[in-house]
Amino acid sequence: MTDSDKYRIKQLSIFSENRPNRLGAVANVLKEGGINILGFSIAEGAGYGVIRVLVDRPEVARDLLTKEGFVVKFTEVLAIQMEDRPGGLFDLTDHMKEVNIEYGYGYRNPPYAVLIVRVEDIEKGIENLLKGGLRLLDNTTFH
Amino acid sequence: MTSDAIQGGFDLISWNPNIEEMPRAQLDRLQLKLLKLQTHKMYDFSPFYHERMRAAGVMPSDIKTLADVKKLPFMTKKDLRDGYPDKLFMCDRSELLRYHASSGTTGKPTIVGYTRNDLENWSESLARAMTSVGLGKDDVIQVSNTYGLFSGGLGFHYAIEKMGAVVVPASTGNTERQIELIRDLEVTAIASTPSYLMYLGEVAAKMGIDIKKDTKLRIGLLGAEPWSDRMRDRIYETMGVKGINCYGASELSGPLFSECSEQQGIHIWGDLALVEIVDPDTGEPLGPGERGEMVITMLQKEALPIVRYRMGDITTLNDEVCACGRTHPRINRIQGRVDDMIIIRGINVFPSQVEHSLMQHPELGNEFQLVVDRKGHMDNMLVRVELKPEAFTDNIIELNALRERISNRLKGTLNVSAKVELVQPGTLPRFEGKAKRVVDRREY
Repeated sequence: MTDSDKYRIKQLSIFSENRPNRLGAVANVLKEGGINILGFSIAEGAGYGVIRVLVDRPEVARDLLTKEGFVVKFTEVLAIQMEDRPGGLFDLTDHMKEVNIEYGYGYRNPPYAVLIVRVEDIEKGIENLLKGGLRLLDNTTFH
Repeated sequence: MTSDAIQGGFDLISWNPNIEEMPRAQLDRLQLKLLKLQTHKMYDFSPFYHERMRAAGVMPSDIKTLADVKKLPFMTKKDLRDGYPDKLFMCDRSELLRYHASSGTTGKPTIVGYTRNDLENWSESLARAMTSVGLGKDDVIQVSNTYGLFSGGLGFHYAIEKMGAVVVPASTGNTERQIELIRDLEVTAIASTPSYLMYLGEVAAKMGIDIKKDTKLRIGLLGAEPWSDRMRDRIYETMGVKGINCYGASELSGPLFSECSEQQGIHIWGDLALVEIVDPDTGEPLGPGERGEMVITMLQKEALPIVRYRMGDITTLNDEVCACGRTHPRINRIQGRVDDMIIIRGINVFPSQVEHSLMQHPELGNEFQLVVDRKGHMDNMLVRVELKPEAFTDNIIELNALRERISNRLKGTLNVSAKVELVQPGTLPRFEGKAKRVVDRREY
């Protein structure tokens, strides 16, 4: 394990077909398993969706969901800490020009805020973000 | 010497070589003789068909050549329904040995009956078919068709016994146990629907049983629903089972015919059945290679006569001698049923075509569903298909591109556009009998 590997965070990506209350079904499995959700987003495809979740125990969550018939994959994402004030995001983006972002979502975690990003090349992404002086959260923050 | 050699384990090449490899001219003469005989019998003993012939102005003596068969009036499933339960039978009840009934998808079931000779010919036909794909006395054959009123279970059962192989009368249901039987009894062949065999493969995988490595199952005698060559390939790739295309219908007796090892069309034994292909709209006979509705005349039936029966199945006829040496005419894969054909915006769509198209995408599972509805005057077809777990990606762009590829291919195959919906594996309905792929929500 190289030093930068600690910044790789395991996100669950869950295939969600276009049926009522699929989100509820996912949430229920996590609730029953005592899994805490740390970050969350839903992406809309064409007639289906992908639910992306950061949880405290990704392996357990994956196994529980798979057992219930869900199709689940791990996706590695990065978590960038930002300041919780106007301009917090701008400060980051100024240092992220070299990084190709596939998608991202954010949440507030006082006293700071967090931007989750999926980048095209994670190795290079980590390198570039650190070089830009950004603070990446390591995976022990989550798991 | 010869019989010792056979007992020593040599496979029979043909069950009944004198008939199966009969020179074509001789077979034609035999068919004409049987057709004349059958026409006379029906005119004399079947009040129903007597009336039909009178109405059509045709007498038994009008049948002078095989082509004269077209003078005889058609029979349809409606005739059997109207004659419920046994008004069409032409034998005495004392001669009857058994009844079967069709699955009855449209209201009343249709009842079919058998004399001793009818049962004998039925088993004979299937014994020839099974021998032609290399099955014999050393085989263990599991019948996973429903036993009971449906002819698929008992039909295979007695034919297997006649052939001398071991029969495992599993019938349908309890798939886990079926898989254990296949493994433990060293089953070499299974008779089932193609969709059930695929389902069985899925269940086996979940049980940690690899059909290819952990069982001796090598041949699937598959029929009773439309399927495609792609499905056959997939069954072979995933399970190592050679899918043999079988054909039959309860009206004809039950499952009767199959491909031989050459897999170049289904042999229709000419001494038992006379097959024609006609234009489904006009009823006019079509030539070899021309696509149309199959019409069958059973030449030796005693209980329930079947004359120029409209099968509702679309196929083509191949009149050439097969590479296996069998001279009897062959039909190609059924391309759809006249009555499960759906028309989308004026274009004929066969679920088997949709299946064929979907199977070209390795990302997709085996199950699919066609949902048809109408908005205003516009037909819409939605194809719901299961995404394989390993094909799922977090990348929406890739998934959308896959959906686009599926949709484009469907459009290319069907000449009509279809919306595609990717669904979670294991969520579409599984069928242990005939698969019902079409959900038609249109109101006419």
